Amino acid sequence: MTALDRKLWRELWQLKGQAAAIMLVIVCGVAIHVMFGATLDALGQTRARYYQEYRFADVFAALKRAPESLRERIAALPGVAEVETRVVADVHLDVAGFAEPITGRLISIPDNRESRLNRLYLRQGRLPAADRDDEAIVSEAFAEAHRLTPGAKLRVVINGRRQTLTLVGTALSPEYIHQLRPGSMFPDYQRYGVLWMGRRALGIAYGMEGAFNDVVVGLTNPRAAPDVIDELDRLLTPYGGLGAHDREDQPSHRFLSEEFRNITLSATLFPVLFLGVAVFLLNVVMNRLIGMQREQIGTLKAFGYGNGAIALHYLKLVLIIVLVGVLVGVGGGAWLGRRLAELYTTFFRFPFLDYRLTFQLVFGAMLLNLGGAMAGTAFALRAAFALRPAEAMRPEPPARYRATVVERLGLQRLLSQPNRMILRHIERRPLKSLLTVLGIALACGITMAGRFQEATITHMVEVHYKLSQREDLAVTFVEPTSWKAIGSLQNLPGVERVEVYRAVPIRLRFQQHSHRTTLKGVPPGGDLQRLLDADLRLLNLPSEGVLLTDYLGELLGVKTGDRLIVEVLEGSRPVREVPVVGLVKEYLGVAGYMDLAGLNRLLREGPALSGAYLAVDDRERSELYRRLGDIPRIAGTAIREQEIRNFHRTMEQTMLFFTFIATVFAVVIAFGIIYNSARIALTERGRELASLRVLGFTRAEISYILLGELGLLTLIAIPLGFVVGRGICTLFVDGARSELYRIPLIIHPSTYAFAATVVLASALLSGWLVRRKLDRLDLIAVLKTRD
Amino acid sequence: MTDPRDRVFLARGLTKIYPMGEIEVQALRGVDLELFAGEFVVLLGPSGSGKSTLLNILGGLDSPSSGAMQYGGRDLGVYDDAELTRYRREHVGFVFQFYNLIPSLTARENVALVTEIARNPLPPEEALTLVGLADRLDHFPAQLSGGEQQRVAIARAVAKRPEVLLCDEPTGALDVQTGVRVLAVIDRVNRELGTTTVVITHNAAIAAMADRVIHLSNGLIAHIDHNAQRQAPDQIVW
Repeated sequence: MTALDRKLWRELWQLKGQAAAIMLVIVCGVAIHVMFGATLDALGQTRARYYQEYRFADVFAALKRAPESLRERIAALPGVAEVETRVVADVHLDVAGFAEPITGRLISIPDNRESRLNRLYLRQGRLPAADRDDEAIVSEAFAEAHRLTPGAKLRVVINGRRQTLTLVGTALSPEYIHQLRPGSMFPDYQRYGVLWMGRRALGIAYGMEGAFNDVVVGLTNPRAAPDVIDELDRLLTPYGGLGAHDREDQPSHRFLSEEFRNITLSATLFPVLFLGVAVFLLNVVMNRLIGMQREQIGTLKAFGYGNGAIALHYLKLVLIIVLVGVLVGVGGGAWLGRRLAELYTTFFRFPFLDYRLTFQLVFGAMLLNLGGAMAGTAFALRAAFALRPAEAMRPEPPARYRATVVERLGLQRLLSQPNRMILRHIERRPLKSLLTVLGIALACGITMAGRFQEATITHMVEVHYKLSQREDLAVTFVEPTSWKAIGSLQNLPGVERVEVYRAVPIRLRFQQHSHRTTLKGVPPGGDLQRLLDADLRLLNLPSEGVLLTDYLGELLGVKTGDRLIVEVLEGSRPVREVPVVGLVKEYLGVAGYMDLAGLNRLLREGPALSGAYLAVDDRERSELYRRLGDIPRIAGTAIREQEIRNFHRTMEQTMLFFTFIATVFAVVIAFGIIYNSARIALTERGRELASLRVLGFTRAEISYILLGELGLLTLIAIPLGFVVGRGICTLFVDGARSELYRIPLIIHPSTYAFAATVVLASALLSGWLVRRKLDRLDLIAVLKTRD
Repeated sequence: MTDPRDRVFLARGLTKIYPMGEIEVQALRGVDLELFAGEFVVLLGPSGSGKSTLLNILGGLDSPSSGAMQYGGRDLGVYDDAELTRYRREHVGFVFQFYNLIPSLTARENVALVTEIARNPLPPEEALTLVGLADRLDHFPAQLSGGEQQRVAIARAVAKRPEVLLCDEPTGALDVQTGVRVLAVIDRVNRELGTTTVVITHNAAIAAMADRVIHLSNGLIAHIDHNAQRQAPDQIVW
């Protein structure tokens, strides 16, 4: 080892506390980068392989009923590679011992051959036998939620006929990686299940022998999708087509893509913040180290060491810190990433998980951190190189102090001598003080970003489920139904109020924008389903025109008064121009709303209903559930209380993990910055403080001078941290906006309090560690050294 | 001794102006000087007379504002940073008033710092033996007395076998007894290794050791004394 390298190791050992603090920040930044990156890679890779190996379809269409012969015409469309026709039906399920209503989706699978598209991954058991009409496979999530194993019995109302099905297996499907009840935002594996039955059996049950009501298409080239969708719509319209769509509008795929986008946001935002802090810390530490070693640098230069050799010497110090940080961070990130990916697989049902650390990810993290750190250090080194060796060896000129603003204002009588020293020191190097304040503020902000979502989610639930969707129960009908259904619902036990709605699939067009969504017709003056404006006040539903979810308005670029094109995607598929009469505040989902009568006029059809919202008497719930299960017209029932629970559970499972990690990492940042600032202050001012001790100052007094400055900077940083935190939260909230949900920017006072506590605790810990060093200050030794 | 072929340094019209805050300080005002191989020269003068500036320019630590400084017939003034670095690395040994040892390195390692980048160095142990510190090889600077630290600095300066040894007040921070020991080491290096040696001092007594004594005053050479006989360091009294 060269003498210069020995110098390096010994100095690194001396700097160990600060080096460890910086390493920790790097570890956190890299860990978070690798964690999200690896999770994203794993989920993306797994989804791609699953789609490919299990032939996930490219285009999907539901219809009323078409003869099987149409299949040939669909297969002949240009761009179509594979076609699978199916029978799909929504039913009521009964599982022994579970009182609440369960909605099931029955999907046919071909008898005696493997499906061409959306193949099943059989987890347990076998496929239904072709000659049996009472055998079914269920989705694994549903089976797990009810602890069903092959051989279990399920009671189903199929086309008005009660039937008992025998479970012969459990399976996964690329179509239901995220298994959501239509219209629901969050998974509920107990109350929604997917079942697969033989095509012949299901065809007979639904009168679909030689016919189908659902078709999935595989394409030769994904770019053919728009043309195939148009052609398919043309072919299916006479058969009650409900509008074909591509993967982007397939619920499971859509949800996964949105979640991937959110992970990408976190994977970008947080590592960048951590990298910024690490670079800042390295810059500060190296600046100080180089400042204190200017004579040594001068000496090395005098003996013929070139700038390159000296730069390399200091860069090595940085490289060691960064490399150790990166390696530990990659290890930690890989471990956390696996936990996170596994957490995701409880929502996203994959048959396998392709989890591996890619070279690009690790190399990218390394390069990013090394590059950032070296850039930070280069800045410090530049100052050292600008010095001629003769100059470098002269001790730094005495620092220039001057009276502070406070003193110049004539307020010096208010300041004791130590307080003056603190203020003058802060004022002498405003940039350094500012950077310390910014660093602490950043830590404060990151803590807030980890915490604020909890209060936000409570607010979302309050608004969505308490102000807007106020029903106890929502039922959907198998197909549009006449108004007479209201009467039969009102006569059910415990039903106190019934409000109906009509929902039609539509495509909205405005200028170059278009969006596929649902148009809901609701009667005016409803109490169970209410529309709110931006200030959460009740909106009146005009008899003409359409109201849009505020976010949908943004997506389409429309404002109140604009005229939209509404293309109805079912029935006679009318296309109309409709004015936008207002925007509705909604945090979950997007939709258009119209007066029910107005919608019927627009559709040019008689009054028809898609579903109803019910207010019910709690005491009669179980009887009501039982009776609802007997009504074949009802395809699904959603219980609001349960929706709220599902919402909380889903959010908590993902967010708690995230909150915990963000909090731990923010503490590391706060501690890293404050501890480093305190240590640097100690080295810079050790001599001065020792002199004061010799002059008779007590330990407490000199600690006050040193730590008082840090305390003051911390107190200044906290309010600034609140602003920074709000900024980070805004970035996060803006980035996470999607059609599925928009998180409002609501920061609860407890979030501010928590962030301030974390920062203060870090400051106290750093202060205590430095105070211990101060107490052991060797007065003689400090005074003897020249610098 | 004054044969131009033995001439190591040739300075003509050297000036040096430092900006010092808002004022300018003229450290050298036109110095002409020749130094010869193996010569022991003392630069004598009060503070601010330009001694250190001249030494720094001789050693390639600083450049003149005007005038020329030739080493071995080549003008140091046209050297860029890399060439100056190579010049210092290959030809010059420095001894500073405050030793400038690297505190995190032992005596041996401080010397090794220089021998590792020199072409034909003495082993660090031998250089330290030369200055009488064979038994202090693994001591850190903080564990050595001032005189010992300065001798480590001399060992470090001479270990590369430089053509020129430049010493800026090498005894300035030392008591008499220790100062004499340090001067004896410098004298021995000059005699045994034939190193051209320039020593700055404001202590006129030391001048007796030199071949020539150059008196500087106010940025100019006031006069030059030739000693017929060099005095041994232990005979010096101050």
